[in-house]
Amino acid sequence: MKGLYKISTGELDGLFAEIAREMRLYAPLRQGNELNFGLWGASVTVDLHGLKTDNTPKDLFLPQSEDLYSASLKGGDIKINPAEAEFAPFVVFGVKACDIKATAVLDNIFLKGDFVDHNYKLRRENALIVSLACNKPGMSCFCAAFNLDAAAPGGDIATWLCNEYLYLQAQNEKGEGFIKQFAHLLQEAEEGEIAPIQAEIREKIAALPYSELPLENFTPENMLKLFNHENWNILYKACLGCGICTYICPTCGCYDIRDFEAKCGEIQRFRCWDSCMYPDFTLMAHGNPRISQKERFRQRFMHKLAYHPEKFAEYGCVGCGRCVNKCPVSLNIVKIIKSLGGE
Amino acid sequence: MRDFQIPKVGIITEIFEETPDVKTFRVVDESGAKAFDHMPGQCAMLSVPGVGEAMFSIASSPTNTKFMEFSIKRVGVLTEHIHKLEPGDKLTIRGPYGNFFPVDTELKGKNILFVAGGIALAPVRSVIKYVFDNRADYGYVDILYGARNPEGLVYRKEIEKSWADKPNTNVFLTIDQHDEDWDGHIGFVPDYFKKIGFSTDKLVVMCGPPIMIKFTMALLLEMGFKKEQVYTTLELRMKCGIGKCGRCNIGPKLVCVDGPVFRTDELDNLPDEF
Ligand SMILES: Cc1cc2nc3c(=O)[nH]c(=O)nc-3n(C[C@H](O)[C@H](O)[C@H](O)COP(=O)(O)OP(=O)(O)OC[C@H]3O[C@@H](n4cnc5c(N)ncnc54)[C@H](O)[C@@H]3O)c2cc1C
Ligand code: SF4
Ligand code: SF4
Ligand code: FES
Repeated sequence: MKGLYKISTGELDGLFAEIAREMRLYAPLRQGNELNFGLWGASVTVDLHGLKTDNTPKDLFLPQSEDLYSASLKGGDIKINPAEAEFAPFVVFGVKACDIKATAVLDNIFLKGDFVDHNYKLRRENALIVSLACNKPGMSCFCAAFNLDAAAPGGDIATWLCNEYLYLQAQNEKGEGFIKQFAHLLQEAEEGEIAPIQAEIREKIAALPYSELPLENFTPENMLKLFNHENWNILYKACLGCGICTYICPTCGCYDIRDFEAKCGEIQRFRCWDSCMYPDFTLMAHGNPRISQKERFRQRFMHKLAYHPEKFAEYGCVGCGRCVNKCPVSLNIVKIIKSLGGE
Repeated sequence: MRDFQIPKVGIITEIFEETPDVKTFRVVDESGAKAFDHMPGQCAMLSVPGVGEAMFSIASSPTNTKFMEFSIKRVGVLTEHIHKLEPGDKLTIRGPYGNFFPVDTELKGKNILFVAGGIALAPVRSVIKYVFDNRADYGYVDILYGARNPEGLVYRKEIEKSWADKPNTNVFLTIDQHDEDWDGHIGFVPDYFKKIGFSTDKLVVMCGPPIMIKFTMALLLEMGFKKEQVYTTLELRMKCGIGKCGRCNIGPKLVCVDGPVFRTDELDNLPDEF
């Protein structure tokens, strides 16, 4: 076990200011009803007491839109200029257990295989992730169904809010180096000091309505059975195909590649988040293999519950519950799991 | 480490009109050399910046070390634009992407039956030319190719002037309907296939429209072929080509990296969504 440290919550602004002097710092910022990760600065309101952020922190690694290169076209000539992205160390503070696990899910997609995603990799390497235990898990949370422990949230450094203190514990060497760097602002704490809050969190989570879901059927062997399940014919019917569930999902990483004319004779090619819920996602000149919303709807949930598990031996859903909160017609992965899981 | 989504600039050196809507483009990089090495069945992303980018099979053989060829059917925005390009014009090219036909392993030393329909002869041509350039390494070669009409046969001159004369090689051509300029076989590929009646001592490379694949596959099984003997390619919409953008999946497989070449028995374990 690495050493446990603490800092009184009243002194957190001082810690943030000191971190921000060294590198960019992102934290959950409160703006009216919304809570989202944003760049820390003198005039922001950091809120570590809120539950999960409305949007996920995935855009710190996979920006919503990012330039790949520009092509200058002059007199029939083409010149390719790779985009100059800046990759500098940064800290993201206050990431919940579900979003931490989601980062591991996206790592499997973007860092494994014959090709490694260049920009994603550099952003991941430059990031130091500070997690935060969930003191107030919500009704829509079901991380426990996927065996995540919101009381031991992981990351490079894990933190807990308890009795007007923020407790910090390095989870790896990178985290240790960071704690050393800012040790002059921290006090040493006793290992047992976070035990009560951990126990409290685990108790709360066990009592949540979705903490146990019938996931036994979702195995690679059952893939075709799940795919051909007749319940899809009913489940998808209300889906509007709006794509909200994909944009707010921390493990959805699909993207499109597009062009725009930045200025006369200069084409900017960029990538941007896309959604498998849209008909043109797979549309080809000779037809569309996902012909109706049924196939598109099924794709999103089969990907999380069957295809990703088949490839990486982990679920592609982390139970963050955002799609439960945000779907305009109250469709979500919990309904799918219950329906196909036989409940 | 480099970003695999960033292309090279390519130059079109020659263009051949194959059919009313298919042209073959010979492409080199800016230095005049072949843009990259590849294997038969692999693909490349071609793009005209500001117009679009799409995946195309490399229709030339790896044994051709000077240039690559792409046979492109005019079907939409990008392909329409590419069809208007002329020798000397530039586009961008990145690749090679995807897996390839097992020419140096499973196919080596075997008799091979090639079955293709329409533009899908493009990826098959790469294998055929590779086999002819390494003729001693393979057994008998049968090529069965069909199109809607005589003008629809791509590489027709090459097939008749060169392929048909290769040793231990049979070429069978067919068109769908009667045509005044045609004295060869008339009928769909599967029908002709049945008439010829191939023996099962060979591996099969089959590419074409889904309907042709479906019927020919049924015949192959009827004739005693096993799915393990038959290779085909799949086509899904692609963007990144490197297994990241998530667009081209069939179940857990991403066609841009796990395909486009599949042994047909592998497809039984995948959702029917292609
Ligand atoms: C592995 C592989 C190998 C291939 N090999 C070959 C080959 O050797 N030769 C060949 O000719 N073709 C080949 N293709 C097919 C080729 O990629 C397509 O024909 C090509 O993408 C068509 O591009 P386009 O811009 O001309 O058509 P598009 O204009 O893209 O039209 C295609 C369809 O997509 C729709 N569409 C396109 N963009 C959008 C958008 N942004 N929003 C909404 N709808 C849109 C159009 O409405 C249309 O229905 C291959 C494809 C794959 C995947
Ligand atoms: S499931 Fe809900 S959020 Fe997702 S596309 Fe359908 S309607 Fe939109
Ligand atoms: S599918 Fe829904 S609950 Fe699961 S990770 Fe995505 S947004 Fe969260
Ligand atoms: S084209 Fe992007 S994953 Fe296959």
